[in-house]
Amino acid sequence: MSDVQKSDPGLYDYAPYRGRPKIKWPDGKTCAVWVAPNLEFYELDPAVNPHRKSWPKPHPDVVGYSHRDHANRVSHWRMAEMMTKHGFPGSVSLSVALCDHIPEVVEDAKQRGWEFFSHGIYNTRYSYGMDEAQERAIIEDSIATVERATGQRIRGWLAPALTHTPRTLDLLAEYGMDYTCDLYHDDQPTDVKVKSGQLTAIPYSLEVNDHYGFFIYNMSPREYADTLIRQYNRLAEEGAQSGTVMCIPLHSYLIGQPHRIGPFEAVLEHIAADGRAWITKAGDIVDAFRKQTGGAS
Amino acid sequence: MSLDLSYLDYPKRGRGMDHDYYPYSSLFDRKPVQWPDGKKLLIWPVISLEYFPMTPNDDPFRAPGHMQTAYPDYRHYTAREYGTRIGIYRLLGAFEKVGAKVSVATNSVIAERYPQLVEDIISGGHEIIAHSTNMNGTIASGLAEAEEKALIEGSLTALEKATGTRPRGWLSIARSQSFNTAKLLAEAGVDYMCDWANDELPYAFQTDAGAITNVPLNHELSDRQIVNVQQQSVDSYAQQMTDAADWLLAEAEQYGGRMLPMHLTPYIMGLPYRISSFEKLIAGLAERNDIGFARGDAILDSWKAQR
Repeated sequence: MSDVQKSDPGLYDYAPYRGRPKIKWPDGKTCAVWVAPNLEFYELDPAVNPHRKSWPKPHPDVVGYSHRDHANRVSHWRMAEMMTKHGFPGSVSLSVALCDHIPEVVEDAKQRGWEFFSHGIYNTRYSYGMDEAQERAIIEDSIATVERATGQRIRGWLAPALTHTPRTLDLLAEYGMDYTCDLYHDDQPTDVKVKSGQLTAIPYSLEVNDHYGFFIYNMSPREYADTLIRQYNRLAEEGAQSGTVMCIPLHSYLIGQPHRIGPFEAVLEHIAADGRAWITKAGDIVDAFRKQTGGAS
Repeated sequence: MSLDLSYLDYPKRGRGMDHDYYPYSSLFDRKPVQWPDGKKLLIWPVISLEYFPMTPNDDPFRAPGHMQTAYPDYRHYTAREYGTRIGIYRLLGAFEKVGAKVSVATNSVIAERYPQLVEDIISGGHEIIAHSTNMNGTIASGLAEAEEKALIEGSLTALEKATGTRPRGWLSIARSQSFNTAKLLAEAGVDYMCDWANDELPYAFQTDAGAITNVPLNHELSDRQIVNVQQQSVDSYAQQMTDAADWLLAEAEQYGGRMLPMHLTPYIMGLPYRISSFEKLIAGLAERNDIGFARGDAILDSWKAQR
C-alpha cells in the first residue's frame, strides 16, 4: 500500500442533512438508541508502541490501571444490571483478551443477550505502525476469540483506543464486517467507500461518550445525565423527518462509579418512557438501514 | 515506523489478571460484610496533610499541587501552608461537630515542623496514615529501590517518633507506586495501603514480602478531582457525595456493608466559602442511622475479622 498521506481520506460522499430520503425505524420510532459499553482489559506493563504511550506515567500507572480494573471488579455489574432493568441491551466494544482474562464479565454480557464487536486485543495495544499482516492478525484473532467465547461472529469494529491505519476499513470489509464505529460525521448510518464488500458507519459518539463528558467537558454526573437527555430529545424530534441514531458509549469504570450511576438511571428511564426510541443493538440498526437503502451510500 | 513482530506477543494473556498481586474478584460475589453497630455504609474521610518545599523536585515527578512559578513561588508555597494552618482546623472542627474520627495522611515533616497540629489530630482520636516525607517524596518506576526503601522507612520512623505510634497505613503521593512499592511497604510492616482504586472494599494484595491489604481510596471521589481538576462547585461536590451515599446504601441492602471514601485536601475544602457547604454535607450524612464514619484502621480490622 502507498504511504502517501491524503488530505481527504475519501471515506464517503458529502450528503447534506436537508432533503435526505426518509429512513424509517420499526413501529414508527424516530430515533434508534443503542448503548455501547466498552468492556476492556488494559495491561499493567504493555509492550511499547513508538507512536503512542500506553500510560501517561511510567509503568505501573497505578491510578490509570486500577481505575480501569474497577470496571471488571465493580462497575460493570452495576451498569449492566441497570441497563437490563430498563430494557437496554448492550452492543459491546470488547477488548477481546477480556475473554481470556475475565470470562465472567464476557459471559455476563452474553447471558444478557448483548452483541459483541471488537475493540482490539487490549486497549493498551495500538494499530499505529502495524503492517498488513499484523493488522490481519488482530482482526483474525478478534473473530476467533469472540466466536470461541460467545458463539457470536463479530460484525463490527471500534479500533483499539481509536487507533487506525489507512487500510483498516478495507480490511474490515474484506473480512465481512458490517459496521465501523470509528467515524463521527453523521447522525445517520452511512455506507463507507471500501475496496470490496460493504461497510456501514454507524453513529457512535465522542461528544456524548462518558469519557468526554467527565474528562473532556468535566461534567458532573447530573450534568452528563442532562446532556444525554437533551441529545436524545433533539434526535428523537428530528428523526420524525428521517430516522436518527443515538449511541450512548459507556465505560463502566466511569458511569458505574457510585456518584454517577444513580443520576444516569434518569436517562434510561426517560428514553424508555418516551415512546419514540427504538432501543436496540448496533447490528439491528445496520440491518434496518441497509434494507431501506439497498446499500447505496 | 513499523512495529516489531513481538508487538503481537501477549505473554500474560490468560485466565485472571496480568500480574500476581491479586486474583480477579467481583464485588458482588463476595460474602457480605457487616460493619460494627449495624451500620450499612461507612464513610472513610482521609485528609491529606501536605508540606510543599518551595524547591520542588521533578524526580520522578512533581507532585500535584506543587510549585508552579519561577523561584520564589510565594503564591503556591503560602497557599498550601494555608491548608496546614487554617484549612485543616476547619476540617477537624467539622468532623468534631459530628463526632467523626478520620484518617489523616500526613507527610512526616509535618510532624517535625508542626508538632502542635499532630498533637491536636491525635488527641482528637484521629488516625495518622504515612504519606511520604514531604511533597518532594514522590514514587514511580525509575526511583532506585534503595532510595524508595529509605523514603518509606524515613516517613514511618519520623511519624512514629513524633506520635509514639507506627502508622499502619500508607498513601503514596498521587497514589503513584513503582513495581517495588507494595513489597517495600509489606517489608516495613505496613498493614494497609490506599493507592489502588480498583475496588470498593479492602482486598488482599500479594507481594514478594508477603501480603498487604489495599483499602481503596477512590481518587474520583476526592475534592482535588471534583473541585480542583474538574472545577465543579462545592455544592455539586456535596450533591455527588450524597448521590454516592444513597446509591451505596441501597446496594448494601442486598450485598452487605459498603464504604465510601472521602478524600479531602485542607487547602481545597478548608476555604471559608466552601466549608459551610461541606459541614452541611457531613451533618446530613451523620444524621442517618445506617451511616457511620470510620478511620481506615477500623475498616481494615473489621473487614479482616470477617475473612
